Amino acid sequence: MPIRHKPTGIYWTQRTTAQEWIRYLAYFLGVLLVVFCWQVMTKDTLWVFVTDAPRQAVDIGSRMWPPRWSILDRLWGPLLETIHIATLGTLVALVFAIPLAFLAANNTTPSRRFVQPVALLIIVASRSINSLIWGLLLVTIVGPGALAGILAIALRSIGFIGKLLYEGIEEIDRHPIEALQSTGASRLQIIDFGIVPQVMPTLVAITLFRWDINIRESTVLGLVGAGGIGLLLESALGRLAWPEVSVILIAILVTVILSEWVSARARSRLI
Amino acid sequence: MPLSQIRLTDGRLIYRWHKPPLFSSVLARWLTTFLILAYLLIATDSIHVNWARVAEGSTRALRFIQGFLSPDFTSRSEDIWIGLVESITMTVTSTVAGVILSVPFGLGAARNIAPTPIYAFCRAVIALARTFQEVLIAIFFVALFGFGTFAGFLTLTLSTIGFLGKLIAEDIEEIDDRPLQAIKATGAGWWQMVNYAVWPQIHPRLVGLSIYRFDINFRESAVVGIVGAGGIGGTLNTAMDRYEYDSAAAILIIIILIVLAAEYFSGFIRKRIQ
Repeated sequence: MPIRHKPTGIYWTQRTTAQEWIRYLAYFLGVLLVVFCWQVMTKDTLWVFVTDAPRQAVDIGSRMWPPRWSILDRLWGPLLETIHIATLGTLVALVFAIPLAFLAANNTTPSRRFVQPVALLIIVASRSINSLIWGLLLVTIVGPGALAGILAIALRSIGFIGKLLYEGIEEIDRHPIEALQSTGASRLQIIDFGIVPQVMPTLVAITLFRWDINIRESTVLGLVGAGGIGLLLESALGRLAWPEVSVILIAILVTVILSEWVSARARSRLI
Repeated sequence: MPLSQIRLTDGRLIYRWHKPPLFSSVLARWLTTFLILAYLLIATDSIHVNWARVAEGSTRALRFIQGFLSPDFTSRSEDIWIGLVESITMTVTSTVAGVILSVPFGLGAARNIAPTPIYAFCRAVIALARTFQEVLIAIFFVALFGFGTFAGFLTLTLSTIGFLGKLIAEDIEEIDDRPLQAIKATGAGWWQMVNYAVWPQIHPRLVGLSIYRFDINFRESAVVGIVGAGGIGGTLNTAMDRYEYDSAAAILIIIILIVLAAEYFSGFIRKRIQ
């Protein structure tokens, strides 16, 4: 332990003087980097608009109130469609993510050299790209509508579920597997009797968690034309119909909070 | 034990073990299966798919896959570069600002150390920031602050506060109570309590989470551009609108590579810290 001698006595310190200086230098470089980034970022910012923001906020706020509740009748259909997009998207993702996770996990992959890297690459590519971008892409391919939304949600969720599941598979208890091996069980039997029961709670938790996130994501998919309540939001924003915007936002808020509650309840009941 | 009796042809009785079912009650099992099937039918029926349009789009899908195999980095390189610089600077500044601001919000949203009015306020801010998808928040910030990276920066900062604030608060609520009591027993004030009993317990995880949030912010910075809040998303949107799939593929590949690098780097740092 480094000790520092001072006229008032001997003090214990966490780091030596040299270590402390290196830390200060690192902090200084970090601050420098942030300031540099800030300057590059705000190079083209028009500060007139920024200083004008409070006035704009008051203006938009006054336009949004009172909400036009009469459009609520037209909201149920798209709202249900949003939930369907999230649910079906999650289910489609599950179908692909489960086998992918088994191919990607260290202890279940059939080949570390050929299969595992491909599976990991698919998982990373799917995870890196947000569902809205997948939506943007799919709308140009399969056309606007809920199908593009379902596929976008699925493509994003495959990586998410796949990654968490293969990590779960890698963390299982080895002992039941060894016991099964000693009985002469085949590879598939080991997966069926040794691994699946162990990762089942993880899989349920991941799926419910992702479903909850997907509800949130599917509320905005309509902005790029991929179905759901976002379509109405886009049209309301385009017509500058702020009272309608506030009703839609409240509807989204309630849906998201409800889905979070459902997912939390289901998780605590099932696991 | 779920055992079933089997009588062999020679009259011997053997027991065979089988896996326990997910639901022990037969009724519950059938009911769940029925409900799931019914939901699937209703949901798929309500989704209208224009199959003619899907078939029409398949040539585009092919072109997109071709674009992925031969991505075009050069013809839009200038736009891509501008978008990337915007995305990365936005990510760095918003992560730093978000982390710094999320600490007071996290402290305020922890039941065991915050007074009730502050607790309610911080929880409300965190809940609001978490409920709305980043893009929705970005739409509003663009309306308020004008197009460009500043709106994107604010969006990402707000959602970082929501994300980290909630996790920090949960962490603080779960800390070991004994150091807290010990520090309190010495007559320490609130700040001293936070500094000596709370902070050392949450600090390592906070660093890990902040680095993780950096990854997320980069990914999100690619999205907020779609609604005009700056970053690579705007470039991507333009490329898609022009049906320039080879440029779009190039941008997607760059995003994947940067996320991969950031993830590798953050894993490395997290391992060093723990």
